[in-house]
Amino acid sequence: MMSTIAVRPPVVTDYLNAEHGILSWLLTTDHKRIGLLYLFSITAFFFLGGVFALLMRLQLLVPGGLIVDPDTYNKLFTMHGITMVWFFLIPSIPNTLGNFFIPMMIGAKDLAFPKLNLLSWYVFMLGGFTTLYAIVRGGVDTGWTFYAPFSTAYSKTYVVAAAVGIFIAGFSSIMTGLNFIATIHRMRAPGLTWFRLPIFIWSMYATSLILVLATPVLAITLATLGIERIFHVGIFDPAMGGDPLLFQHLFWFYSHPAVYIMVLPAMGVVSEIIPTFSRKPLFGYKAVAFSSMAIAIVGFLVWGHHMFVAGMSLYSAMVFSFLSYLVALPSAIKVFNWTATMYKGSVKMTAPMLYAIGFIGVFTIGGMTGLFLAAMGIDVHVTDTYFVVAHFHYIMVGGAVMAFLGGIHYWWPKISGKMYPEYLAQLSALTVFLGFNLTFFPQFILGYLGMPRRYATYPPEFQVWNVLSTAGATILGVGYIVPLIYLLWSWKYGQDAPSNPWRTTGLEWKTPSPPPKHNFENTPVVTWNAYDFEAQKEELHLG
Amino acid sequence: MVSASSLALRQQFNNPAQQRETVTLGMWIFLATEVMLFGALFTAYSVYRIYYTPAFTHASGEMEYWMGAVNTAVLICSSFTMALGVHSAEAGKKRLTVLFLLLTMLIGCIFLGIKFWEHYRHYLDHKVPGINFQEAGALGPREQMFFFLYFAMTGLHAFHMLVGLGVLSVMVLRVVFGSISREYHTPIEIAGLYWHFVDVIWVVLFAIFYIPGAHLR
Amino acid sequence: MIFFAAALIPQVRAEFQWFFWAMVILCGTVATGIAAFLIFCAWRFRRKDDNELPPQNAMNIPAEITWILLPLLFFFIAMFAYGTKLYFDIERPPADAEDVYVVAKQWMWKAQHIGGEREINSLHVPAGRPVRLRMISQDAIHSFFVPEFRIKQDVLPQRYTTIWFSAEHAGTYHLFCAEYCGTNHSHMTGWIYVMEPDAYQRWLQTGGAEGSLASTGEKLFHQHGCSNCHQFNGHGRAPNLIGLYGQKVQIAGGYALADEDYIRESILNPNAKIVYGFQAIMPTYQGQISEEDIIALIAYIKSLDTGAPLQLTTLAAPVIETNSAVPTKSHPAERTTR
Repeated sequence: MMSTIAVRPPVVTDYLNAEHGILSWLLTTDHKRIGLLYLFSITAFFFLGGVFALLMRLQLLVPGGLIVDPDTYNKLFTMHGITMVWFFLIPSIPNTLGNFFIPMMIGAKDLAFPKLNLLSWYVFMLGGFTTLYAIVRGGVDTGWTFYAPFSTAYSKTYVVAAAVGIFIAGFSSIMTGLNFIATIHRMRAPGLTWFRLPIFIWSMYATSLILVLATPVLAITLATLGIERIFHVGIFDPAMGGDPLLFQHLFWFYSHPAVYIMVLPAMGVVSEIIPTFSRKPLFGYKAVAFSSMAIAIVGFLVWGHHMFVAGMSLYSAMVFSFLSYLVALPSAIKVFNWTATMYKGSVKMTAPMLYAIGFIGVFTIGGMTGLFLAAMGIDVHVTDTYFVVAHFHYIMVGGAVMAFLGGIHYWWPKISGKMYPEYLAQLSALTVFLGFNLTFFPQFILGYLGMPRRYATYPPEFQVWNVLSTAGATILGVGYIVPLIYLLWSWKYGQDAPSNPWRTTGLEWKTPSPPPKHNFENTPVVTWNAYDFEAQKEELHLG
Repeated sequence: MVSASSLALRQQFNNPAQQRETVTLGMWIFLATEVMLFGALFTAYSVYRIYYTPAFTHASGEMEYWMGAVNTAVLICSSFTMALGVHSAEAGKKRLTVLFLLLTMLIGCIFLGIKFWEHYRHYLDHKVPGINFQEAGALGPREQMFFFLYFAMTGLHAFHMLVGLGVLSVMVLRVVFGSISREYHTPIEIAGLYWHFVDVIWVVLFAIFYIPGAHLR
Repeated sequence: MIFFAAALIPQVRAEFQWFFWAMVILCGTVATGIAAFLIFCAWRFRRKDDNELPPQNAMNIPAEITWILLPLLFFFIAMFAYGTKLYFDIERPPADAEDVYVVAKQWMWKAQHIGGEREINSLHVPAGRPVRLRMISQDAIHSFFVPEFRIKQDVLPQRYTTIWFSAEHAGTYHLFCAEYCGTNHSHMTGWIYVMEPDAYQRWLQTGGAEGSLASTGEKLFHQHGCSNCHQFNGHGRAPNLIGLYGQKVQIAGGYALADEDYIRESILNPNAKIVYGFQAIMPTYQGQISEEDIIALIAYIKSLDTGAPLQLTTLAAPVIETNSAVPTKSHPAERTTR
């Protein structure tokens, strides 16, 4: 048995140096390498979407708009949304950390369908380039929501190309979800029963269910939208007897669960980081595991809360409101259990832990403002305003992106075989936290005051909050660029990482850093529960 | 001894049973995805059928329901031969497997032939929305919605049939060239699952597009 | 700044303020508590020895049950119930509300009063009286949003939606379009002028309206040749429209409620719902009549519940029937040529 704190032996073949050359990456079926391919791709998309966001914030510095005309601004927020949602957030944690660590955490050699996994990356890139084509040709101005009949009959931009890009990328989501479900069901190591799985695996499982069941609905909806735009026949334009609310129903049937595609994996990452740095099992393991599943299932039944003022019946709105409160419950359970895990633990404040704690705080605010939006009488006022913008950025940026960064730092020693610079990382984690709150908290106030979203210009009384928000965005931008630089730096110059630098329990830490091509020399046999420090205390030299 | 099954075992799996279970599960998940894909269109159909009941009934009356019925029978026959193909693959009878697979493909082609002929007749009748649809009668504008959904859904179904034919061709080649055997016939099984699924979809399409107005003819 | 502003307190607004700030205080307290507890744990239980292993307690059923049931029973159900109550208040106008018709288009708001006054990007209403807006869009989806009144309603094409408000105090309030609708979405704004009743009366008198909305509708009724078939003596080839509004009409295959949407559909797509006992002979007016004129016609038809129309039949109707007898086919492609 390998000593867990041993430094990596000098000459070993790992997944990074097992093969060489560009083709060994482009044709790889190794889940770890595909995870890295995804990591590079989505990082590029993230910074592209970030540039759009910064331009938007610059525009809103002054009431009349600082840099662009309304048409360009409309394209900016549309392309920001499309890039960030479909080409960064949806694939962010699942396709990078999920790809890399699901097999390692369940003691498998690879995912169930490695070729399908590679294909999913190519499909993703094809979708990405199609969308980039739409952007380069002049952009799209429908908003990422593509509401009919504006998108089908009025927009003069490259709607079809963008929709085709998202349509294609959707199949990559489906392939990934299918792969993960099959893997988690059938590829677990002997002894690794469902209730011994790390919570990250549970949340990836729940995420995958959403990916395979929701994505096809988006695919067919966008395909119909494209047909309607090209051939002028279809089912959404009211001029042809269609019902534009049907589009909204179908769109949100995907896009509300899609929010859980973004945040469930984030919750999974946080559920790994907190026990590790509290050196305690996750409090209420089963409650947290089941709450992931509850979110995945109930999350399919709440889409109507996006449409309380869209013109639907009062009574169906009532049902959606009630279900929206139900879906808030599992999230609350998770928050309480995370904090209870830290209580009486042995807490070490590392960069991943800072991100995780930041996540809890920010996610709590994001979730609680969701309670405001689920209360229909309040939603009428704040929906389609900056209140909503702030709310979902608290979940997606404060939640998903901070957990993503936390996860990248947490597993960086395993991925790269190198340690990241700890103090710099903590500093940038704080920068991200402060910049984030300064960017988005003023937007809650703007929304309450009544500033509608997607406005290229605005009345002067809103300016002060917009200036604060823009100031925050620049800080946030710095907070994102710094980790990019030092992580790349550490890849080459960082200290070699031991196989288990955090002295924690997961199977992924029982292989060398970086791991060999097939993860485990011998399939591990699991006799302990997740986060069972007690059972491994000899091995980890604890106590 | 190196058996065919261990040759076909991919490196990520520990044993053939695990591989077989995993691959079959993967196919079922894929079928769940397909249900949701068609599900969105079924939802749209239901909504507009409720909005425009008279128009939908009337438009359905313009369908040649006997052609739909024949096609349903044809496709159910293909499911039968497909099942026989899977059965013979399990029994390790290669020639029989190839025969049944080819028969299934032939019947599938007959289905598509009838379907495209039917589409062509709609074209001649000026019933293709977006190309030559002519509104006739009081309910014309709303009938267009019916025909749009009809072409979208039967078109999507026909696309799935074409994919199925492609899959079955590959299966025939794999049986002929020996990578399928009594020990390892999972690909035939999951191809069969797919084929049956596409059949089931058609049965529902037949029910919603041909039957509502059948009494009007 | 409208924090706790007391300038204007309609019922909805007051309820909203109370509810919103109660939730801010409640959620703020809980969130602050969680944050404080996190910081407390991070400091109090910080790792002192690199090898230490804290007690491994991992489950406490009573605690789990508490934090599952507490938010659900005490907070969530109350929030849901009150939110729903407020929503029903916002969505259901009082019976005595005065109608104003609003047509939204890219990128302006057009309002028509019953009295015939028309406005663009502004709306004058009397203080202290409930006003009900019936709204329709000419193109994409828009949304009528007056932050100060705490109301918002999407405005859909081809279908009327309704919102109401009652402004207690005179003043000028922002009107925004809240549903993204294209290039000048952010310029699709206007002002709501709430006036004291006497000032409002003065405004009406200087408004320059050429007769009421219903009388405009009456003219259109004759111009478009409607009166040739829809005669008020019951002998026309088309149904008598007196007292139609608000009735249940027997149509092929059931009944339809003769509301605004029904009348509008019957003008633009007459064959959709044929009144029992009549032939499908009416041509479509799709593309020949603006949303504003349809609203005037609706207002006219709504006014036909008294004896007044009898005199109208004697009017010589300018017949433009030749024009409308040839139905121009509406082609969906027209929509995109703009």
